[in-house]
Amino acid sequence: MAKQRVVVVGNGMVGHKFIDTIIGAPEANNFEVVTFSAEPRLAYDRVQLSSYFSGASAEQLMLTSEGYYDEKGVKYVLNEKVVEIDRAAKKVVTASGREESYDTLILATGSYPFVPPIPGNDGEHCLVYRTIEDLEAITASAQSSKVGVVVGGGLLGLEAANALKCLGLETHVVEFAPRLMAVQLDEGGGALLRRKIEDLGVSVHTQKATTEIVAGENCRYRMNFADGSHLETDLILFSAGIRPEDTLARQAELTVGERGGIVVDNQCKTSDNNIYAIGECALWGGKIFGLVAPGYSMAKVAAGSICGKSDEFVGADMSTKLKLLGVDVASIGDAHGLTPGSLSYTYTDDVEQVYKRLIVSADRKKLVGAVLVGEVEAYGNLLQLVLNDMDLPESPEALILPSIDGSASSGLGVDALPETAVICSCYDVTKGQIEQAVAGGATDMAAIKAMTKASTGCGGCAALAKQVLDASLLSLGYEVNTDICEHFAHTRQELADIVRVKKIKTFDQLLEEHGKGHGCDICKPAVGSILASFWNDYVLSDDNIGLQDTNDIYLGNMQKDGTYSVVPRIAGGEITPEKLIVIGEVAKEFNLYTKITGGQRIDLFGAQLHELPLIWEKLVAAGFETGHAYGKSVRTVKSCVGSTWCRYGVDDSVGLAIDIENRYKGLRSPHKLKFAVSGCTRECAEAQCKDVGIIATENGWNLYVCGNGGMRPRHADLFATDLDTETLIKYIDRFLMFYIRTADRLQRTSVWLENLQGGLDYLKKVVIDDALNIGAELEAEMAANIGNYQCEWKTTLESPERLKRFNHFINSDQKDSNLAFVLERGQRRPATKEERENKVTLIELVD
Amino acid sequence: MSDNWITVCNDSDLTPGTGLCALIGEEQVAVFKIKKTSELFAVSNYDPIGEANVLARGMTGSIGDALVVASPLYKQHFNLATGECLEKPDVSVKTYPVRKNGDVIEVQSVA
Repeated sequence: MAKQRVVVVGNGMVGHKFIDTIIGAPEANNFEVVTFSAEPRLAYDRVQLSSYFSGASAEQLMLTSEGYYDEKGVKYVLNEKVVEIDRAAKKVVTASGREESYDTLILATGSYPFVPPIPGNDGEHCLVYRTIEDLEAITASAQSSKVGVVVGGGLLGLEAANALKCLGLETHVVEFAPRLMAVQLDEGGGALLRRKIEDLGVSVHTQKATTEIVAGENCRYRMNFADGSHLETDLILFSAGIRPEDTLARQAELTVGERGGIVVDNQCKTSDNNIYAIGECALWGGKIFGLVAPGYSMAKVAAGSICGKSDEFVGADMSTKLKLLGVDVASIGDAHGLTPGSLSYTYTDDVEQVYKRLIVSADRKKLVGAVLVGEVEAYGNLLQLVLNDMDLPESPEALILPSIDGSASSGLGVDALPETAVICSCYDVTKGQIEQAVAGGATDMAAIKAMTKASTGCGGCAALAKQVLDASLLSLGYEVNTDICEHFAHTRQELADIVRVKKIKTFDQLLEEHGKGHGCDICKPAVGSILASFWNDYVLSDDNIGLQDTNDIYLGNMQKDGTYSVVPRIAGGEITPEKLIVIGEVAKEFNLYTKITGGQRIDLFGAQLHELPLIWEKLVAAGFETGHAYGKSVRTVKSCVGSTWCRYGVDDSVGLAIDIENRYKGLRSPHKLKFAVSGCTRECAEAQCKDVGIIATENGWNLYVCGNGGMRPRHADLFATDLDTETLIKYIDRFLMFYIRTADRLQRTSVWLENLQGGLDYLKKVVIDDALNIGAELEAEMAANIGNYQCEWKTTLESPERLKRFNHFINSDQKDSNLAFVLERGQRRPATKEERENKVTLIELVD
Repeated sequence: MSDNWITVCNDSDLTPGTGLCALIGEEQVAVFKIKKTSELFAVSNYDPIGEANVLARGMTGSIGDALVVASPLYKQHFNLATGECLEKPDVSVKTYPVRKNGDVIEVQSVA
């Protein structure tokens, strides 16, 4: 059977979702998919467009890649606008005259920004905000502008205002309606949002109808308003709503709505049986859906339909929760209380700047809508009440009142939710699916995310998903045991708190007062690390030595044959030729296998116990310090060469890397920590896969956190932008100490963040806003730690008693007779079992 | 050399909570001193799973009632009293009598 040809016009978020769905369907082989995009690139995340201005690149916004489409056999044509549909011949024609026949045609043409018909609206610096090209134009224009105006105070308008603010312009928002976000917010919510935004330095002008745009006196333009007032500006961004892009449908004489939009049925079919329309270009039930989630639903319905399924699009909930200019805003259901007879509860807090309003049905049994500004924690619970038509609790006001005595607010428990309740609306994950994942072996949030994708989109459902996880673990009879091991009925975090608060200095004291038995290889190193993090005493003191893994005891990394590797610190990867020669000489003298590490330093392998002090004596004498490669501690700060040499560098990445490495060297932590500093956005130091990554920008440093390479790669999150060095260090101090206080044993920062309730936003609150009021404490702890730094090798070499340990036998000078090496590529390595047995040429070890 | 008790080191050489390795004839013996009780144990230094002479550099502790040493290579636990591997009961290490005699530690050669 010949394949059905499916042509998708438009490769935006929804067009791509359709393609992704169809190529992932069991029937995928029945179809040949071709897609056209008028833009120069494949689908990208338009929702996150404003992150382009806080450092994200076009690349990072991509939702797919040419490689992926190639691999899946999807044909794509970029920069090619479809201008005509020939319904009789079942083909489409592009602007350049290219023709493509179809069996099924999918129109995913999206929308275009509405530009009000104001005289003068076509100036060179009058722009819109929808595509990456628009962003590039805005950036270019901003360079020659001081003042920017956004026309439109809706959701998109405020996003655009954020962009102008990020670009450093004096920013104004001009809105026709009496309040901001008039569609989603009521009067009280809109008023508070305005106050908050004005506090951020954005001027808001409501009830302004622009009559004309003329040349300005002090700025490029002057906007004249109907009430006689005016505003001068250099740049105007129109963001006054969207209009469905239905030109193609009109040309093809498909049925369109009176005010635009391609009319579709429940299967997203247009008036032509072979043509579907999905996303913002489609008109369903007289409505255009300008959010991505309903567009995704339509894409799935249309894909299902051509695969022979009969799923239906039945409208969509338009509730939203988002952060606009840093202000949390949420709107659910009937936010304006238009439901006949509806009543409302309102909570206003002028001090904390919080506004919450519930709209309930006339019989007070159901929630019909809600508005939240400034504090949106209740969003998840409230949305579930509306979506699942659940009965309200006895006192609905408790849903929005703050908890007075610190007890959890009396929200509804997750047990009350039906199986079908959608927890994650980005990926359409239900409570039932999360429960299944738990039954299938997922026991933490990281596993839930991997198995269901829940909480991996906007992350807004993380708290709720965690509650479902915990509840189902309990109901499955899992004892959610978070004890570190059998010797302590505490988590690592609790042990860290106990050590810190009670100022416990030894493992024995902790075991005596809070544990039982003798301890083990789980709790001993964990406690050893905690003691070192807070008190930073010599790790090989009599009290501490028994707590350390062999690597820490011998200050080297044990290899498979019981020998050690030696890694001197080379801060920032910068090393003088003299020091490089010393390393070479030491390696040669002790016949050590030599390899460059990923952290820009040099690893010397094959050292026997008795050689370690001899090796380190030479290294310390030459000015080297231990590199802590053996510890769960700060390892390296990788850097690119930066502005000192590089033509592109904008700041001194090497200098900062060295300072940071010297600041945090030796810091013991729940797991190893890797840093990097890049001197420009080319990112040669790969800072975005590090626990702490720093990238130089024209305006300061951008800080990334919780990235990881290795076993489970994770892209770091952008934490703060354009920092001066002092603030940067302050944030890193706080971040590291907060991690050390709260992480589980052997939990890298990436997994820690994924399991941290409240996620990145919460972390920002703690570190940047100091919401827990512990900032000074964290900094003081770090300062104390830094003050107690010592090179453990230097200390060890100074004590003949300690050096006694560095011998294979306590009662003999003989070496370990079991060691055997062979020569490979000019260096020695441990012999394999086979090589030993076959007695291939082994190397004689000489002292 | 009555009963083959061999002096390996001064008692003060063995820090409580750690181990060290002694050469007894041709055999490598790991000697441990338990932190809480100062009890002594001796087992073969050879880790039969990691196939290297490393057990003296392992960490001691308890699992249930058993006092154990964890291999520094792959972290299996060996019962210090019996030599049995807790994770792989078919694997075990040789144990040796060990005692404190005055100021020194002695291991009995049981070859």
